[in-house]
Amino acid sequence: MIQIEVNNRQVEANKGELLLTAIRRAGIKVPTLCHFEGLPPSGACRLCVVEMDGRLAPSCATTVSEGMKCQTHSAKAVRARKTIIELLLADHPDDCLYCVRNGNCDLQTLAEEYGVRTRRYQGEKSSCHLDVSSPALERDPAKCILCGKCVRVCEEIQNVSAIDFVGRGSKTRIETAFNDGLNMSSCVFCGQCIKVCPTGALREKSSTKEVLEAIADPDKYVVVQHAPAISVSIGEAFGLKPGVECSGPLNGALRRIGFDKVFDTSFTADLTIMEEGAEFVSRFKNKGKLPMITSCSPGWVKYAEQFYPDMLDNLSSCKSPQQMMGAVIKNYFAEKSNIDPKKIFSVSVMPCIAKKFEVTRDEMLNDGVPDIDAVITTRELVRLMKMRGLDLNSIEPEPADNPLSLKTGAGKIFATSGGVMEAALRSAYFLLTGKELDSLDIKVVRGLEGRKEAKININGTEVGIAVVSGLKNASDLLDEIRAGRSDLHFIEIMACPGGCINGGGQPIGVTPEAVAARMKSLYSIDKNEKYRASHLNPDIQKLYKDYLGEPLGHKSHKLLHTHYAKRDVVK
Amino acid sequence: MSVIEKIISQLSNPGRDSLIPVLQAVQEEEGFISRESVIEIGKALDLPASKIYGVATFYNQFRFTPYGKWNIQVCRGTACHVKGSAALLSRIERELGIGAGETTKDGFFSIEIVSCIGACGLAPVIAVNGNFHARVTPDDVPVILKHYRSIQPEESKQ
Ligand code: SF4
Ligand code: SF4
Ligand code: SF4
Ligand code: FES
Ligand code: FES
Repeated sequence: MIQIEVNNRQVEANKGELLLTAIRRAGIKVPTLCHFEGLPPSGACRLCVVEMDGRLAPSCATTVSEGMKCQTHSAKAVRARKTIIELLLADHPDDCLYCVRNGNCDLQTLAEEYGVRTRRYQGEKSSCHLDVSSPALERDPAKCILCGKCVRVCEEIQNVSAIDFVGRGSKTRIETAFNDGLNMSSCVFCGQCIKVCPTGALREKSSTKEVLEAIADPDKYVVVQHAPAISVSIGEAFGLKPGVECSGPLNGALRRIGFDKVFDTSFTADLTIMEEGAEFVSRFKNKGKLPMITSCSPGWVKYAEQFYPDMLDNLSSCKSPQQMMGAVIKNYFAEKSNIDPKKIFSVSVMPCIAKKFEVTRDEMLNDGVPDIDAVITTRELVRLMKMRGLDLNSIEPEPADNPLSLKTGAGKIFATSGGVMEAALRSAYFLLTGKELDSLDIKVVRGLEGRKEAKININGTEVGIAVVSGLKNASDLLDEIRAGRSDLHFIEIMACPGGCINGGGQPIGVTPEAVAARMKSLYSIDKNEKYRASHLNPDIQKLYKDYLGEPLGHKSHKLLHTHYAKRDVVK
Repeated sequence: MSVIEKIISQLSNPGRDSLIPVLQAVQEEEGFISRESVIEIGKALDLPASKIYGVATFYNQFRFTPYGKWNIQVCRGTACHVKGSAALLSRIERELGIGAGETTKDGFFSIEIVSCIGACGLAPVIAVNGNFHARVTPDDVPVILKHYRSIQPEESKQ
């Protein structure tokens, strides 16, 4: 511990830490635009400047030292920040009223906080093209302030590098290679860049309009499913504490919006486990391709197709729970309820941007009918609810609809990194031994670390497992396997760091603490569920008995499994 | 061996730091940096295409399209600048509908920005395939372009 002086008060700081960190710990707010927690400072925006001995220094790039003195809000520092904001606004469209980030934009907030009331600088605005080429993500470079955070998350966390700074000086932009647009690029549509963008320059391709049109169409039977991550995340947008479980009110809200049926994707997470567990056991017993790698994260799947095409046989052939639900709705449910599948408009609410891409994959059509018709993110659902005047706090809890909603704890924890592995092991253990695990809690795979590994003993055989999230972590592990590592049998990979609870479609401005709270909530739901392993779900058992037959059977194969192919992109 | 393989094989310690020399050598050899080159360089130096494109667009010297039949070099040196080369350049760009570093769709003209070409007394200067034009005003541009449109490069004295 060392002593520094901030605004004439003594403040304790840890040796070697950034001045910004110490200042913030002391409860003083210094704004940042380019600072990226956990990555080395880039010093691009200069918004975090503080005055030290009459000079201005960026606090995000200054290491504390004993006796250091700074003023965070001296006239000079405040003036410098205000000027930077004004200059940013000089090259910014006056578009707040129409902007997806209105009310939730760092630039807008700063302009307000620093009292910008007039346009002091009239700049020539850079002319830019919207990039709407992809099925998942839109880029509006006119609103970009060149903070570089998207470039960093894409390169340093996701190891994709679809975008970079292009050009120089006043012509600098964030672009894909050759300005091709995201669709041609190596972008995997994880949406992590949207979450770090301080402005409306990056956003999801919205599908709320199609959804509302379908609801208004009397000929359409509109069903919705919500992913296991949604109920523990959406409350934050309505002022609830992070992690508060809201399935009940969420079901009610979706009915009020006008959906004819509300299903819970946790149910088909259980179904995924039945298929994937059986697939693992079959590969394990019959010396099939190992390690088997999960395939429920479409950003990861696209990444594999682009960067690890040699390992596609390692991917489980299981569709994701979203796609399984889509297929089950338009086949089993349609048949059972006597509804023409062509009349069904199937919507999913997902924490994910890549899910929007996943539904457009050719493999996700069944005899020409798409499994899912529209995907909306958590953020879009919040917008729909606000549009309809719905407040989660004042909606009575309602159950989701049978027969596609009964979930187990295993299905629910799919939303977190480690959850798919834990759920799969609970059922794989049963399939291999005929017995239930002594303790269903497999704690070694829990937590927010980027990589978790363990050896699990099943009937005397040691099974090597690994769980990674964030694609940089994934590629590090895959490189070890390419280089010959052979002690792993089963790997869970999720594109987003921490899994779906930190997905690219989740509310903007989540803190790591909020993500941890969501995770905790999932495990406590799991703990309290009547059934905690997928194979014990009575409605899943019924679905197999009445319709599917058995895991990996003929019907499952047609409806619930898919395949992958090498994907050529500019990379 | 491809051009790029050859260039890289001549480096003592090829790696990320060799990017700019490699780009220069490729442009020297092929006249411009093609899409295929960027991708091949990326594979060879383990760099993403977006990064290479970003670096290459940062420097004025690199072009991403081959030269046109007529390459118009516009001097942006100090003397020419003082004599109005900025307005001249933008007139040429407007007449041709392309920017500096680009080539017209029909492949006839390309524009290249150069720094002082040693003819400051004649500022502002442009050179079309080596033919100098002195004290060019923006209004001269249509006439000059019309002249080159009507002849083939071989017919002119270089
Ligand atoms: S990005 Fe922010 S400042 Fe810019 S228009 Fe949108 S809300 Fe306004
Ligand atoms: S969505 Fe993911 S892969 Fe695509 S640009 Fe953003 S961070 Fe990169
Ligand atoms: S798009 Fe957003 S995150 Fe990326 S540089 Fe621009 S403002 Fe920053
Ligand atoms: S936050 Fe410190 S320079 Fe941007
Ligand atoms: S500055 Fe143009 S020729 Fe010297």
